[in-house]
Amino acid sequence: MRHFVIVGILVIVTAILTYVGLDSVGLLPVEASAQAVSIDWLWNWQVVAISFLFSLIVVPMAYSLVVFRRRKGDTTDAEHIEGNTTLEIAWTVVPLIIVVIFAYMGAYSLGEIKRVDPDAVVIKVKAQQFQWTFEYPEYGIISTELHLPVNQQVVLKMEAVDVIHSFWVPEFRIKQDVVPGRVTEYRVTPNLVGLYKVRCAELCGSGHAVMEGLVVVSEEVNYEKWLAEQQAIAAAAQTPEGQGKLLVVKNGCGGCHSITSTPLPSAPTWFGLFGSNVELADGSTVVADDAFLTESIVDPTAKEVKGFSPSTMPPYVLTEEEVANIIAYIKTLK
Amino acid sequence: MKRFFSIPLVRGLVWFVVGLLAGAAIVTGIRAVMGLELFGTRGFTEPAWVFGGFVATLSFLAGHGVMSDWFKVWRGEEVSEHHEDPEGWLKYLGPSLDHKVIGIQYTITALLLLVVGGVFALIFRTELAFEGMQFLSMDQYNTLMSLHGMVMIVSILLGIAGLMNYLVPLLIGAQDMAFPRLNAFSYWIAVPAAILLLMSMPLGGVETGWTGYPPLSASLNKLGQQMFFLGVFVAGWSSILGGLNLIVTVVRMRAKGMVAFRMPIFAWASIATSLISLTATQLIGLSFQLVMFQRLFGMGFFDPAKGGNPVLFQHLFWFYSHPAVYVFILPGLGIISELLPVFARKPLFGYRWIAMSSLGIALVGFLVWAHHMFTSGMNEYLRVPFMYSTLLVAVPTGVKFFSWVGTIWRGKLQTSTPMLFVLGGIVVFLMGGLSGPPNATVSTDLHLHDTYWIVGHFHDTMFGGFVFPFFAALYFWFPKATGRRMNEKLGQLHFWLMTPSFFVLTLGMMRIGLLGMRRRIADYDPALGFEMSHIVLTIAAFLIALSVLIFLINLVQSIRNGEVATGNVWNSRSPEWQVPSPMPAHNYDQPFEVVGEPYDYGLAGSKYVEFIASAKSKH
Repeated sequence: MRHFVIVGILVIVTAILTYVGLDSVGLLPVEASAQAVSIDWLWNWQVVAISFLFSLIVVPMAYSLVVFRRRKGDTTDAEHIEGNTTLEIAWTVVPLIIVVIFAYMGAYSLGEIKRVDPDAVVIKVKAQQFQWTFEYPEYGIISTELHLPVNQQVVLKMEAVDVIHSFWVPEFRIKQDVVPGRVTEYRVTPNLVGLYKVRCAELCGSGHAVMEGLVVVSEEVNYEKWLAEQQAIAAAAQTPEGQGKLLVVKNGCGGCHSITSTPLPSAPTWFGLFGSNVELADGSTVVADDAFLTESIVDPTAKEVKGFSPSTMPPYVLTEEEVANIIAYIKTLK
Repeated sequence: MKRFFSIPLVRGLVWFVVGLLAGAAIVTGIRAVMGLELFGTRGFTEPAWVFGGFVATLSFLAGHGVMSDWFKVWRGEEVSEHHEDPEGWLKYLGPSLDHKVIGIQYTITALLLLVVGGVFALIFRTELAFEGMQFLSMDQYNTLMSLHGMVMIVSILLGIAGLMNYLVPLLIGAQDMAFPRLNAFSYWIAVPAAILLLMSMPLGGVETGWTGYPPLSASLNKLGQQMFFLGVFVAGWSSILGGLNLIVTVVRMRAKGMVAFRMPIFAWASIATSLISLTATQLIGLSFQLVMFQRLFGMGFFDPAKGGNPVLFQHLFWFYSHPAVYVFILPGLGIISELLPVFARKPLFGYRWIAMSSLGIALVGFLVWAHHMFTSGMNEYLRVPFMYSTLLVAVPTGVKFFSWVGTIWRGKLQTSTPMLFVLGGIVVFLMGGLSGPPNATVSTDLHLHDTYWIVGHFHDTMFGGFVFPFFAALYFWFPKATGRRMNEKLGQLHFWLMTPSFFVLTLGMMRIGLLGMRRRIADYDPALGFEMSHIVLTIAAFLIALSVLIFLINLVQSIRNGEVATGNVWNSRSPEWQVPSPMPAHNYDQPFEVVGEPYDYGLAGSKYVEFIASAKSKH
């Protein structure tokens, strides 16, 4: 009996220490959405249960190992205890009840997360290798950044072009796959102004690791301001390069072709490309002029650039004028 | 030279190459007649490689000789009941019918693949240590990461098959498995499977992870994907046939007096595992075969453009692949239950409850697969019932833990190497078990899914449920197989090096996973500040590898130079320890009868088995 009391006290002490330890480390990232509150509430209870159950098993094991260990020279067997049916029933039924309570809590918090605001802002999301594109249908804006107003529910209607992707902003907690051939929904109410990143969470090919996009949560006024700016940019983009830039964003070319000085692994960079010498897989070089770029956009396999596999580029339906506009845009990248 | 080519394994490998070329040539010939393209970027075209791989598997088996008896029966010739195995190590390269030889073949192959998969992990782990890409391309990273997963899975399947093959007939007092020829076949088909799997590397690699989700796995720019699918498909046969054989053996061939509740607990665990591998493996074979056909014949099973459904694949895949994790862990948990009483010198606490909990886990395991798909876009209403069913698995698993603690409590514990690995296995598996329910609960899983948290959780379950008990079993039964003991000091070093490193590795994985580290990424955003953590994880991974290297050196050394141990080394009640080691070719010279409970340690004068002196066992 004495042993049971000591172990009981040790279990409780260890459980509390484990919980306090885990809690003070700061296990989760910043909580930046209303949905995260409900998830973190449940998570906290799970950490409580984990701390307790861990102690409940490990402490008696460790105690036994130390206190009842085999003394030197002792070759006798231990006490003959075959089992205890009451105990077995207890540790079947009690966990069963705990499990059902947790499942109920899980369903409850899932219900909270799915709570629908009929006035939610609708934004369309397109996922493709290896780029996120966001469309604001009411404003005619297409962007590679996701701007959201704070404290306002938004619903993302998400579509995948090629393979399965998954939309995850760790600070929002929620994750939803984006599947070809269907529209999936992601409902979130950001509640903390800040800069975050959407990170693709479903392996989608070679560039999966870099499939990230900026998420900006801002005050309503700043959000409106951004929308107005984007509309102005879209309206002003009547030049060939402006049109070309829109096409590039819309088709997600930037997912593989870098438009900045940092190259991407999956395709040749566009930065400083025009007029440069390009080395081909067969060892020859070619100048990246209008003819070469046109040919490479229309038929990527015609000339294989050294170090890249042209068969990964999906086919695009573009008019001659659109191709010329894209090239006009590429010329501006240096 | 002639002697070299008379070794069955060598003959099989030669025939493998011949079959590969012949199969590819046939398809290329047909394509020539049809006016299709003859050669692809990797030599042959994709259909030619796939058919070549298929033919190679069959010609390996035929050339190796494992099917010779069946061919003889087919021709109406006599075959002898037993084969004489060649002397020495050569018998391990041939089609032996002895379950002990086959068990060792399985185990050695599992260890080889463990090394291969482990080296893959070390390579990409080193790449991850620092931000940015250092020496691998992202494609190569994906290939190594995917093959680490699948090679390890095959290794585990072969490892548990090794344990079950070697131990179950000994534990239940059978001369051999029920179908010795099928048993040899089940092992030898795994060899071409492993070769096909590894062939995916030179043939362009794999980029999907071990799960092989379409549409990514169906995109045609990676031929290696096809060899990956074919390899797993072939390996599945080994698992299905092995499961069948084991169930029949335990049901039909137990010693006199061994009623169900006097069976060794490992036999219960093996039955539970085999029930799953016999009935669920078909689904992974089927789902992979459908993707193969989508790639080869343009059938749009999972292609939305052709009316297919990518999420359907995930259902088919997880219907096997979730129960499969119970295939991996149940035998290991059986080992823990089997060894604890020996080293605690106490009966197994709640024997019947532990036996039933294995079956409980196996059965509930069939109803939980969609918890891998909470974020997949499947029907939202399915998520809640699958949350309930998944959390239920915690109940029989809990029964095991509590019963183990009951066994350890007041036990006179003695911590030689096998026991250390048993205790380590319990704690590691406990961490895997406790990090499970948050993933089973839908709302928290929305955050945890596809992060490094899951990677940490999974490695905890696999190490606690398989790797630790596997090592425990190898240290424990090594004297039975060889008549020598493994070095105790090196064994302790192995344990004390591996266990802390492993805690650092998986707890570190879970920590950064919670903070935003996704799984299966070749590089990570510097803004997250994970570099220091990854450096620590990489060092831990190398320490684990070092400890396994120490184990392997110990293993090889002890076969020749280990301390001679022919008696009942561990003072066990189990029948195989009542006869001298190493075990003779046809097991027990005299049959035994079960006269008591298997784990009645501490009950004076009790016995588990008694040998029947008068009757000579019939060979």
